[in-house]
Amino acid sequence: MTTLVSPIPGNPVEPFLRSDRMPHIWCPGCGIGTTVNCFAEALIESKIDLKTLALVSGIGCTGRVAGYVKLDSFHTTHGRAIPFATGLKLANPGLNVVVYSGDGDLSAIGGNHLIHAARRNIDLKVICVNNLIYAMTGGQTAPTTPGHATTSTSPYGTFEPSFNLPHLVEAAGAVYVARWTTFHVRQLARSITEAFNKKGFSFIEVISPCPTLYQRRNKMGDGLETMKYYKEKSKTKHGAPTSEVGLTLNGEIIVGKFVDRDRPDYSTLLKAQMHESLGDKYVDYDEEQGYACSADGGCEEDSCH
Amino acid sequence: MKADPRGVLTGTHFMDGDHACCEGALAAGARFAAGYPITPSTEVVERFAQRVPTVGGCFIQMEDELAASITLQGGVWGGAKAFTVTSGPGFSLMMEHIGYAAMTETPCVFVDVQRGGPSTGLPTLPAQGDMMQARWGSHGDYEIIALCPNSPQECFDLTIKAFNLAEEFRVPVMFMMDEVVGHMTEKVVIPPADEIEVTPRKHTHKSVEDYLPYGTNGDMVPEMAHAGEGYKFHVTGLTHDERGYPNMTPKMQQKLVTRLQNKILSATDRISMFEEEGTADADVVVVSYGITSRVAQRAIEMARADGLKVGKLRLITAWPFPENKIRQLAAHIKAFVVPELNLGQMVREVERAAAGKAQTFLVPHAGGSVHHPEEILAFIQEAVR
Repeated sequence: MTTLVSPIPGNPVEPFLRSDRMPHIWCPGCGIGTTVNCFAEALIESKIDLKTLALVSGIGCTGRVAGYVKLDSFHTTHGRAIPFATGLKLANPGLNVVVYSGDGDLSAIGGNHLIHAARRNIDLKVICVNNLIYAMTGGQTAPTTPGHATTSTSPYGTFEPSFNLPHLVEAAGAVYVARWTTFHVRQLARSITEAFNKKGFSFIEVISPCPTLYQRRNKMGDGLETMKYYKEKSKTKHGAPTSEVGLTLNGEIIVGKFVDRDRPDYSTLLKAQMHESLGDKYVDYDEEQGYACSADGGCEEDSCH
Repeated sequence: MKADPRGVLTGTHFMDGDHACCEGALAAGARFAAGYPITPSTEVVERFAQRVPTVGGCFIQMEDELAASITLQGGVWGGAKAFTVTSGPGFSLMMEHIGYAAMTETPCVFVDVQRGGPSTGLPTLPAQGDMMQARWGSHGDYEIIALCPNSPQECFDLTIKAFNLAEEFRVPVMFMMDEVVGHMTEKVVIPPADEIEVTPRKHTHKSVEDYLPYGTNGDMVPEMAHAGEGYKFHVTGLTHDERGYPNMTPKMQQKLVTRLQNKILSATDRISMFEEEGTADADVVVVSYGITSRVAQRAIEMARADGLKVGKLRLITAWPFPENKIRQLAAHIKAFVVPELNLGQMVREVERAAAGKAQTFLVPHAGGSVHHPEEILAFIQEAVR
């Protein structure tokens, strides 16, 4: 019997994962694990203090990311990762809050929260793994499913027009919008790092295969075939007008950083308005005490001083 | 511990129930609220939005009640005491997140200023039609606590109690007001901060290595950590083990859901608050809560003037239901009379607890106004016979 020996002692992303929860639930060829790897690379690259980092997921295959990362992590309800993350960020502005969820969770059931968080420019980093269907429930049509694709609830082909997510979030107000596929691992890690250095609502879409349901039903091959497809069909166009990056069943996939702009985030606007209207009466969030002060024992507790 | 004086508006005020509820929340230490406008509850968050920036806190108006009811929970895990405020239609939308709060043991308060339903119903008029929804509205088995104020003063006092219970038991507490109590203006006395007892969060003092997010020590209520403290804990609405990790086995389900129920049910007698008077030699006891209790008071006085032996039991805690108290009374009275601004909700609990030992009469009212005392009196007279 041969014992496999890792060529390097320990995987560099291991410190970011709850290894006691392995193996994960994702299928062979699924792209979600690849995105988590890129996310971990970005954590290394950005040197972000992990203590300040919280990750919030909704429901679905990508929603399971929260359970596998060794961070403060919240697996919330379907579609509501963004409003939960909003509360977390507002109650403790010192946190770096990442929302990591799927296309169905974020753009269908959670679509209203997506556009309003972008409008408010809440300082959240949203990573949207887009596998073009509802995978966890068996491959049903999503708002992102391209026309003519076959799904379990569109057995004769999808005919509903689909969402172009970069266009949607740019229109709603996101300050950073990028799209990559799971083939573009270095570019994706770089984009996540950039988003960490950006204040405001950042949105990174990752086109990712679901070989079990989407690729199989649409006769697009396995995970490896999909990587070849992504490689051949992807075209990097930084700054491309997001109105022109919609996805089709077999066509070109425009990838790149589409939007990188600055406008004040929610907390900056809130503070400015309160200072203007209330002057000295405004009691600002305190970096040391937070708003949390009263939940945790008021100012009598040692932890507050 | 004592209340943070910054949030306490000490003094004697002429104030409506909605505003008193807001002041109660501030006194209790709430520094975060997420809401969505809905009549007749909006005045609570309007006042909070005005007041909280001056005491160190934050209000956000969300895009809908689904968002508000989970945003507040994000706030709680970020370290704040937090609440949301709504009325019937919004309360319906919040049900999933009441279940999430129960499952994840997120201490928080949901204020429901009840109006006539179903659906859009009577936006500006009272009802008590959400009492069963407060208990059973989300899917699965769980327990909550629900309080029913009957005056602006109680809107202040009991809101503090609601936050304290939420923290003690790590449970969502339903604050079941109604349109009349919310919009009624009366004297409200707010004591000095050092006379207001506030329950702090059950925050862990354990080391990162020793901390089990859902581990318990006898009292069935786990210690809590906040995001950003280095515990790197996991919270999920899935059935989970003591580490907070998903564990979807029948065994874990049995253990977790039973604990979530028992941490409340086993403390029912300690949690229960009611006002009892004249029950010792009563033939009939009127069981009421919220605004209806004030109409019932008049009916009881009219009946006593006619020489009838009528007792009063006013439920301040609706859930967990004080069934021991009902059982005790049922053993020596003829009947319960239960007026409600609905077509029969809490009366079912009274009937269940009475278990045939005493008769139960509902005084129904579909909502839109309060009862006439004479309607309740007529049932008392019938019940005595």
